[in-house]
Amino acid sequence: MARGTRRKLHFSKLYSFVCGRSKFEVDHSQIGGPGFSRVAYANAPDCSEAGNLNYGSNYVSTTKYTLATFFPKSLFEQFRRVANLYFLFTAFLSFTSLAPYSAVSIIIPLIVVIGATMLKEAIEDWRRYRQDIKVNNRKVELYHGSSTFGFTEWKNLRVGDIVKVEKDNFFPADLVMLSSSYEDGICYVETMNLDGETNLKLKQSLEVTSGLQADSSFQNFKMIIKCEDPNASLYTFVGTMEYEDQEYPLSPQQLLLRDSKLRNTDYIYGVVVFTGRDTKVMQNAMNPPSKRSKIEMKMDKLIYLLLFSLVVVSSVGSVVFGIISSDDLQVGKVKRWYFRPDDSSIYYDPKRAAVAAILHFLTAIMLYSYFIPISLYVSIEIVKVLQSIFINQDIQMYHEESNKPARARTSNLNEELGQVATILSDKTGTLTCNSMEFIKCSIAGIAYGHGFTEVERAIARRKGSLSIENEQSKENHEQAKPAIKGYNFDDARIINGNWVYEPHSDIIRMFFRLLAICHTAIPEVDEETGKISYEAESPDEAAFVIAARELGFEFYQRTQTSISIHELDPVSCKHVEKSYKLLNVLEFNSSRKRMSVVVQDDEGKLLLFSKGADSVMFEKLGKGGRGFENKTKEHMHEYADAGLRTLVLAYRRLDEEEYKSFNKRFMAAKNSITTDRDEKIEEVADSIERNLILLGATAVEDKLQNGGMKQIIITLDGPEIIHLEKDGNKEAIAKVSRDSVLYQINEGKKLLSSSNTESFALVIDGRSLAYALEDDAKNLFLQLAVGCASVICCRSSPKQKALVTRLVKAGSGKVTLAIGDGANDVGMLQEADIGVGISGAEGMQAVMASDIAISQFRFLERLLLVHGHWCYRRISLMICYFFYKNLTFGLTLFLYEAYSSFSGQPAYDDWYMSLYNVAFTSLPAIALGVFDQDVSARFCLKFPMLYQEGVQNLLFSWLQILSWMFSGVCNGLTIFFFCTTALQHRAFRKGGEVIDLEVLGATMYTCVIWVVNCQMALSISYFTLIQHMVIWGGIALWYLFLLAYGAITPTLSTSAFMVFVEGLAPTPAYWIITLFVVIATLLPCFIYLAVQMRFFPMHHNMIQWMRFDGHADDPEYCQVVRQRSVRPTTVGVSARVDATVSQLARKVHDMVHLPP
Amino acid sequence: MNPRGDSTSGSDGAAEPRRKSKKPRYSRFTQQELPACKPLLTPAIVVTTFAFIGIIFIPIGLLSLSASGQVVEIVYQYDTDCIPEQMQNDKVAFIQSSMTNKTCTRTLTVPKNMEGPVHIYYELDNFYQNHRRYVKSRSDKQLRSKASETETTNCAPEATTSDGSVIVPCGLIAWSLFNDTYSFAVNSKIIEVNKKNIAWQSDKEHKFGSDVYPKNFQMGGLIGGAKLNASIPLSEQEDLIVWMRTAALPRFRKLYGRIETDLATNEQITVTIQNNYNTYSFEGKKNLVLSTTSWIGGKNDFLGTAYLTVGSLCLFLSMGFIILYLLKPRTLGDPSYLSWNRNPDGHY
Repeated sequence: MARGTRRKLHFSKLYSFVCGRSKFEVDHSQIGGPGFSRVAYANAPDCSEAGNLNYGSNYVSTTKYTLATFFPKSLFEQFRRVANLYFLFTAFLSFTSLAPYSAVSIIIPLIVVIGATMLKEAIEDWRRYRQDIKVNNRKVELYHGSSTFGFTEWKNLRVGDIVKVEKDNFFPADLVMLSSSYEDGICYVETMNLDGETNLKLKQSLEVTSGLQADSSFQNFKMIIKCEDPNASLYTFVGTMEYEDQEYPLSPQQLLLRDSKLRNTDYIYGVVVFTGRDTKVMQNAMNPPSKRSKIEMKMDKLIYLLLFSLVVVSSVGSVVFGIISSDDLQVGKVKRWYFRPDDSSIYYDPKRAAVAAILHFLTAIMLYSYFIPISLYVSIEIVKVLQSIFINQDIQMYHEESNKPARARTSNLNEELGQVATILSDKTGTLTCNSMEFIKCSIAGIAYGHGFTEVERAIARRKGSLSIENEQSKENHEQAKPAIKGYNFDDARIINGNWVYEPHSDIIRMFFRLLAICHTAIPEVDEETGKISYEAESPDEAAFVIAARELGFEFYQRTQTSISIHELDPVSCKHVEKSYKLLNVLEFNSSRKRMSVVVQDDEGKLLLFSKGADSVMFEKLGKGGRGFENKTKEHMHEYADAGLRTLVLAYRRLDEEEYKSFNKRFMAAKNSITTDRDEKIEEVADSIERNLILLGATAVEDKLQNGGMKQIIITLDGPEIIHLEKDGNKEAIAKVSRDSVLYQINEGKKLLSSSNTESFALVIDGRSLAYALEDDAKNLFLQLAVGCASVICCRSSPKQKALVTRLVKAGSGKVTLAIGDGANDVGMLQEADIGVGISGAEGMQAVMASDIAISQFRFLERLLLVHGHWCYRRISLMICYFFYKNLTFGLTLFLYEAYSSFSGQPAYDDWYMSLYNVAFTSLPAIALGVFDQDVSARFCLKFPMLYQEGVQNLLFSWLQILSWMFSGVCNGLTIFFFCTTALQHRAFRKGGEVIDLEVLGATMYTCVIWVVNCQMALSISYFTLIQHMVIWGGIALWYLFLLAYGAITPTLSTSAFMVFVEGLAPTPAYWIITLFVVIATLLPCFIYLAVQMRFFPMHHNMIQWMRFDGHADDPEYCQVVRQRSVRPTTVGVSARVDATVSQLARKVHDMVHLPP
Repeated sequence: MNPRGDSTSGSDGAAEPRRKSKKPRYSRFTQQELPACKPLLTPAIVVTTFAFIGIIFIPIGLLSLSASGQVVEIVYQYDTDCIPEQMQNDKVAFIQSSMTNKTCTRTLTVPKNMEGPVHIYYELDNFYQNHRRYVKSRSDKQLRSKASETETTNCAPEATTSDGSVIVPCGLIAWSLFNDTYSFAVNSKIIEVNKKNIAWQSDKEHKFGSDVYPKNFQMGGLIGGAKLNASIPLSEQEDLIVWMRTAALPRFRKLYGRIETDLATNEQITVTIQNNYNTYSFEGKKNLVLSTTSWIGGKNDFLGTAYLTVGSLCLFLSMGFIILYLLKPRTLGDPSYLSWNRNPDGHY
């Protein structure tokens, strides 16, 4: 028995997927110390020690508020905005007799506005709460003692509980796995909800517990698990398990994370270690970074400006008021006796004019609150939510294959999408669809495979090089057999076992063997057809294994300790089964840029197989292994030019002694739990990965995403594109010394300044970038980069990506957009003004960190050019309009006050005023913000130059804003003076009645409503039924209100009682004045628009004209227009294309002229 | 054992929504393709609009002007006129003294035939009825019903008399009620002044109670303006009702009464003015106005002139734009319009 256990242990030690399997070592001494204090008493929930620990329940709440905190917390959020705070201040003041109008009429709009925002918050939170309830009430089987498991709800779980999770169910908490339905205690886990990766991950329980496979096994089960405190790192876990008086180390391999799913395994048993908030997934759950758009920040400035001018106006009014008032009561002489200045309250006391003036200042602050649009924030919020719904609903941004529509994760940045000046794009998975095809390889210095890549094809098509086309079509003709996904290799010398006749057949065999062995893929055999498919971590890896399979090295089984392949034996020409003992896997990571495996073949020979990026691999070659180095490099160069991803393959033999010492050190490193564990492992791995023998190189094509990437790149030529490549294949500035980088930057700048017609592309690799990003060089680098049409940074690390993003963002001050799909893009996405995540194959991390998620890069075009442009235009116009309409209204109030000796008397009834922002004018503005289109989507895409309006911020420049405000001031002036002059002091109707305050107020108000709504009608260029309804409806609503308000008892309507029915409606003068004032006020604006539209058109006007003239459907004309919007490029994309084409042409030429 | 876990039907249905298509449903609304009219300020529209405005405005202007022209108006400023020579230097003393004779008789000539009814107004200038202190100084509730007699919240300092009894109507507005009176005679024959129906109907019926009688009015130390007959309910005190409708601007007229008969051209009207109201303290003017009305109201040339001006301006603009459009046709496809690469950065 004892022997058996030892044997098992021995085996599992070999299985290198499992880290930290060996005996417990001193490194775990941290357990129990700070940061590692968690203790779980399994199956002893009621024992006193467990009770003392008091870890949180498994109830998970993702809501932002609770019932108790909702009001204080959301109110606090609301009043953090200075405008809202100001309104709150006026609301408090309005209860004093300082208020120029009734308190209710100022509080109700505030309540409506704040209430609407809070309602939105509440609804969002309610949805989250419902979701929580659903999740928390899921059922799981819990051990009840006495060998029975019973169902309980997730929320009831506690730390230390033993649960049984069945196939295809989610894990309810973070569990330490004890055993599974498999003998060896493995299970498969799908972590889609955590990182979006769909491939299955293998987890394995500790050897000692893997026998607990029945419900009854837990009869007398006792265990203490000590581990690290809750943290957010999904891929680390440190702990120990005390079981049967023995301590065993625990690793991430035993940890099953909440929200991941059990697959391909009938059931598992596990002990709960982290519950609820403490689980890794919840620790990871963070709110998307809150970003604010530039327009909103500018708007805040505008609000401050208005608040400032409000204070100025109020002070002026107060000073005048003070002077006039003090004049009323001179020594022994009363002037305006009808105010009784001799017996006055403090609000108007000539004897204490200074105090009265200060109090009047507060009154004025309240009166002029109409300068500040109270409903602006809430309107913007409503509008943005609706805009995001439109983005989400856009059928043309829905990707059928992945079943994913676009998703705006935050609505804050809609208008920012219309202002993007720089795009930083990840390449792999973003520009490409991350589906790899094995297409070429170079073995022993000989290049195999003659398929054409998409890049080559595209160039051929572009240049009309028929020979390639013909070649291509011929090839297509020959290729009758169904294509295999991930495999597009064709070379008669290799396929169908022909490789055995090639000169270096032993090397070729080793090459394919390496492909079949050096990976972490898991085979899956289809039971019906016997076909094998692979679950691989990356598509590259899958492509290699598939290629190996197709070439006769079929990898068909992976156990803990071995890899089995069907191998073509060169001697017998038959497939023989071969099994390799898998000793160690030295995993891939972005800093190592390589992976290796150590295996033992059936003859007992120890082999190290290694594959990795050329930059690291060539350094690792031994003296004897460099035989084909130059040839291989040359081939790789060609592959890179054809847009292929390359990897270098190498191997070496190990002798027993060397391996033993390595393994010892490697295990030690793996089992340490110190912070430098990774470095230690790397160091050890590095020590064995040397003196390699070069086998060759592979070339995998990373397929471009559908939809003509080339076209997008041309279309988006306006915004500069900065690619950040992960595994770049572009020629890099290879010199890495700092000085040379500086020198080259300076040279580049000189080159730029010397020619002003051409545009340049800058290519820089990760190592040079490190120097370029240093403090002294970075500004130079930025200047150079900004001068170039496109910048390509290859082989840059995630951190460098983020740094470049920050540099560009800070340096240019323009809006930057980062787009990426992988976890390595997260930093970049969060750093950029807008992060767009591609919900592609590489997982959900990028999407979780992004502001907007799309499923294909090509949708970016529509997102920016259509939605971005529209949203930008809508929001900027809406904000301008808001300020305009409030200035117009506020100015009439101010002027009237001036005519009432600055006493703070409003011209209008309280309710007219409070409904102005809320009812009569807000809906058209919201409709503008949601529906307006200057140009239809088709034309937005057709004429990308339109996008420059956003990049140059033409619609929300200070000039634009101030001219709107100027227009508001002018309109206010004309309305007031025309109305007062036209009504005069004389009789205004047949009956001889004269106007009074009420009549003047209602007439002026009518004019304001008309003018402001008609101005809206003039400004928008898209009238649907909705626009008509809200604009004319707003005006109609005013008349209806006037009728209704005038009809109720004078107790409530006071002076507005029957003012319309009796005073205004039967009076011709009222109608004539309205017509005149409205037309006369809008006339200047109309003239301006007519002239500007015709003689100084903006971009969108141009396109409107084209549509009107019918030119827009003339393809030739459009081509001319489009060409104008594209910068002539002689360096960069097209130049590269040219170079490659000439190179290819030469090749074709050779092929044609040389005798075969 | 099923290695791919295809039979997910038994699970909690999490796999179910994954299969469901998330494709947004097509509707013209969600795809922002609603039918819409996209107006463009084309030359035709611009010219037509201007012409149309001109064509509409000019007749309205002419009509207004002619209506205003029909109105005959006599304005007589009597504030200085009605003060004897010797008191000119101290008008305030004159008006405040109870000893002086404030009756003042003048003769006005009718310039044109005035058809009845001829409206009699008093016009005050520099009188701030729209001052907030003044506007607020009233109690609508008290005016409306007897039950709310004690509601005098905003009326101070004219809310109660010195002994604390409530003043009805309270407040500064009522207290400062205009108290000049006019009587008219043509050829020594007194002309009846109709003082009925000079207030808005709604005021009489709904805002001033028929059961509310003046009380303690003008009994305080300082007498403001007119006194009221305590036996007549407020709803019939039309002078008060007219006065209580606060004027919008510092210069205003208020209806005093109507002469129902016609006044012929060159007829001499003898006006007897009781000049009681103090406008001298604040240097306000007082006018007596006799005026007929037309559909546009009183004499008001501004509207007509404004309409004519704007109308003709629009006609002119419409002409101007025609010429402009002919002279300078827009060149479509002008490269300089279309290229946005015009901003040469320093680098290039």
